[in-house]
Order: sequence, then C-alpha cells, then structure tokens
Amino acid sequence: MSILVDVGVIKGEFELKVAFEIPSNGFTAISGPSGGGKSTLLRTIAGLEPDARGTVQVAGERWLAEGYRLPTHRRAVGYVFQSPALFPHLDVRRNLLFGRTRRGRGRDLLAFDDVVDLLGLERLIDRRVTGLSGGEQQRVAIAQALLSNPRLLLMDEPMAALDRASRETLLPYLEALQSALAIPVLYVTHALAEVAQLAEHMLLIQAGRLTASGRVSELLTRLDLPMAHGREAGAVIAAQVADRDEADRLTRLDFNGGQIWVPSAPLATGTQVRLRILSRDITLAARPDPDSSNLGCFRVRVIAIAECGPAEVVVRLAAGEETLVTRVSRRAERLLQLAPGRELYALVRSVAALA
Amino acid sequence: MSGPHPLSILTLGLGLGLLTGPASSEPLVSPDDLQALWVTLKLAALTTLLLLLFGTPLAWWLARTKNRLRGPLEALIALPLVLPPTVLGFYLLLAMGPQGPLGGLSLAFTFSGLLLGSMVYSLPFVVQPLRDSFGAISEQSLDAASCLGAGPLNRFFSVVLPLARPGYVTASVLGFAHTLGEFGVVLMIGGNIPGETRVVSIAVYEHVEVLDYGRAHVLSGALLVLSFILLLSVYSSRFGRKAIV
Repeated sequence: MSILVDVGVIKGEFELKVAFEIPSNGFTAISGPSGGGKSTLLRTIAGLEPDARGTVQVAGERWLAEGYRLPTHRRAVGYVFQSPALFPHLDVRRNLLFGRTRRGRGRDLLAFDDVVDLLGLERLIDRRVTGLSGGEQQRVAIAQALLSNPRLLLMDEPMAALDRASRETLLPYLEALQSALAIPVLYVTHALAEVAQLAEHMLLIQAGRLTASGRVSELLTRLDLPMAHGREAGAVIAAQVADRDEADRLTRLDFNGGQIWVPSAPLATGTQVRLRILSRDITLAARPDPDSSNLGCFRVRVIAIAECGPAEVVVRLAAGEETLVTRVSRRAERLLQLAPGRELYALVRSVAALA
Repeated sequence: MSGPHPLSILTLGLGLGLLTGPASSEPLVSPDDLQALWVTLKLAALTTLLLLLFGTPLAWWLARTKNRLRGPLEALIALPLVLPPTVLGFYLLLAMGPQGPLGGLSLAFTFSGLLLGSMVYSLPFVVQPLRDSFGAISEQSLDAASCLGAGPLNRFFSVVLPLARPGYVTASVLGFAHTLGEFGVVLMIGGNIPGETRVVSIAVYEHVEVLDYGRAHVLSGALLVLSFILLLSVYSSRFGRKAIV
C-alpha cells in the first residue's frame, strides 16, 4: 500500500523527471534548492499539472497512468499550500467541513473533534478566517486537508511563509501529527531543522532530478550531498531516556555508541527520542576530556573526509551504529591525523532533543 | 462650465413634472408613457439577465486564458464603450436587414431585435466587472477546492460565485442602468412601436419634439431618479470601488 511515483513534466525550459517509492506512512521530506521542482512534484501528484506524464499510484489506486488521468477532485489527496488558501467567505468551521462534506464517504481518517483538538482550533472554530494570524490559518488549512479523508497528505513548505514565532508555535502541532497520522505525508521544506524534526525518509531533488533518497539519518551525513556541508548541517540519531539528574535538571540519553546529558523536562525512562547534533556543536579530540563543559563524550571512528572550502574539511563519523558529521579546520585534520579508520573522541557541546 | 448641476435637474424634473403638470388637462402620465416605461424595464431586466448568463463563461475565459485571441476579443467587447451608439445601431441594422447575416430572423423593429442590440450595447458593462472579479480569485483557492473534492461545477458555485459576488452586483446594476439609458441603438434598430420597441428615452425625445415638456419631465425625472438610485447602490456599497465606470 505504498506510494509509487514515476513522472515527467515539461514546463518551458524546465523538466522534472523523477521516480521513487515511499512507505505507506510517516513523513517523507522533500528537500533541495529553490526552482528544483519540489512544488511541481507535489502538484503533479495532486493532479494540478495538466501536462504531467507517467505513473502515480497511491495505496493501490491509480491516479496517473499511460492514457489515464484521475481528476484532482477524485484523488483522495490533502494539500497544504505554502500560504494557506482558505475560503474567505466561509468561517473556520465551514472551511474545515468543505472537504469533509465533499469527500466524506467511507470511514473517516480522523474524527472531527480529534482534528480540532490536534491542531488546537477549539477557540477559533466560529471565527472568520480573514481575522486569523498566518500560523492560525495554516493550522486551519492542515485540519481542513486532514478532514477531507486523504490517503496521502502533501505539504508544500507549510512554514515558509510564517514568521519565526509562528513557526515555533506550529512545529509542535506537526510533531503531534507525525505520531497521529496513519497516512503518508510528503513534506517539502528547505529547513534541515524541520527535516530532522519531522521526517524519517527524505528525497533530495535538484534541477528536476531525484539526486538522493533514503533515511534522513543517513542522507544528512552523506558527504557527497549538500546537506552535510552547510551551516545548519547536523545528524539525527535515535536515543532513549536512561537516567535523570534532578539536581542539575539533566536527562541522560543513551544511544548505540554513547550517551549524552541534555537539559530537559523529566521524561519517562525508556522513552524514545530523536537527537539532532549539529556539525558545529561537535569537537574532535584525541583523548576524552572529562574536565570540559561538554554534555557528552564518546568514541567515534572516521568514515570519510571531504573538502569544504579552502580551510576546512567535513568529517563523517561513526559512533556505534549512528553516524555524525562535523566540520574541522585543515590544521585540525593534520594535527589529529584524521583519515578513514582513525578512532578518536567526539565532545558534544549541545544537542536538540526532538520528539 | 455651463449647464445646470445634475441634482438641480433632478429636483426640477420631479418638481415640474409632478407638481405643476403639463399645460393641458390630459393626465400627467399617459398609458403610452407607462407602456414605454414597462418596455424599458423589461428590456433592461432581460438584457441584464441574459448578459449575466452568457457573460459569465466569457468573462471567465477572459480572466483565465493565455490565448492570443484574448486581446482582440477584449477590444471588441469594449467597443460599445467608445463607439457612438448610432454607429453600433447602424451596423446592427445592417446585420438584421434582409441581406444581413441575421436577416433570416426578422429581428429589425422587434423587441427581440432590441434585446439583441441592448446586449451588444451593454456587454462591456457586464463582462468587465465579472472578468475583474474572476481575475481576483486566486488559482490557489481553486486548486485547494479541487484537492478538497470539489469538481468544476461545484468549484464554480461554492467558491467562484460567492467570491465574485461584488462583481455580479456591479455587473447587474451597471448593465441594467446602462440599458435604461439606451437611445441611439434603439433609434436605429427598434423604431418607435408602442408596447414593442418604444422605450422611455425615445418617448422623451418625442415629447420634446412636440414641445410637451411636462410629460418629458415626468419620464426624464423617473429615469433620472431610477438611474441615480441604481448607481448609488453600487458606489456607496462596500464593493463600490471595484466598479469600472
């Protein structure tokens, strides 16, 4: 019951030609530079690109095939646009019910009250949509899409048009979705933080072509891809809550390869969490350094090294079964004798504990 | 600046027409004049209705198409805005004449012919506001409606129509009011058949020709007040700024 996409669209000079398959649930991030065809891909899947050719199959249903094209309004698709497209002549409730009443047949994906609750819309339900803030409008748009009983949710940079504060407010709602949804989500974004926080899988689309696809934890640390080289580069690893130091308000997270203390609210022991460790928060050292301000120190092994500008290199590291990435100066590379296979210590300054 | 202020004409028209009355002892409003008023209102209402009906798909196409024919077609539709109505009427008369392309329909000097002429004459006043209000509806709203399961007709009735309501109000009022004021076209293709093609503007002209100013005042005043109220309803409503003329 997965999603199968193998499509081509030509728009003037630009050609999008991609083929991939994604699992039947979970968030799949679609990332890549602007103008690379990410939005065109979503529009093609939704049936909004009339010239698209190829195959789109969702949960066993044909949406696009040779000589066959299911019109958009018959595709069980939820689409969340970059800037919300709510209907200004309807209040929030009637906006929410727009898709539900038109595509409500069969079993509901989620109950109305659950969706309202999930996206925190109780207090907005009787308001006019024109009076809502950008973040509120986007929450209504997401709820509207979910209530139309989609078998696939497409989100096209849902946070890009929001200011920083609204973005930080919206993100927890998306995280809640991630665990509540039984349908696959294709989530277009530029922001690696969103990829790390929300997605399990990732597609990288550059200049109309799929240049990489796979697990987020792997792709974010691959040295041949742009993600490991930027300022926001970082790795995502899976960990679980192991211990708590109530005096210092620190929680110990263990992962296959080491442990890290993070400042956090108390969490039940055994809780699974995702950690995002930024490239710039890792220091490499030849010896463990217990007398430092670091939150974690563990053994790592160099997997590969790649150039990154005139004075720096990016290093991909294995810590147990997890992979990390960090950027060091060429001098450090020489002094620490960095080379594939070299074992040393990673000192971690800070981490972001994700859901 | 010569000529009296429009409002003073309004007062004068009503005052003279309704209070002093004509010099003769005949009733102020003759059955003929009432009939002319009825024909005028019927013509304006039918013209507006038909133009809204046919203008909607046309305006929709104009608002959305990238076809190269859009420019020439827009110019053609706008022609009645600039052409003297007599010129328009002349061509319509030729078209409806025995040798014209519409000759077989014997439309000249009939109400149907007048209706067709009025539709041509008032076309831009209906199509342009509709086109503008359709153009203001974002493609994304329609895409969103599609993704929420609304088919083409459903999209039109549940999204386009409510969002384009200001355009429909403006188009209806302008189309109606502009048809009320029709003279040249009627003169050319309608003639002056009482109960069939004799409209208020023609009746006024006739009254003035025979120096029956009293009757001319009553009819003119009625048209003036009606038109003013119609326009007032457009310009003072919240959609007023979107009106085109």
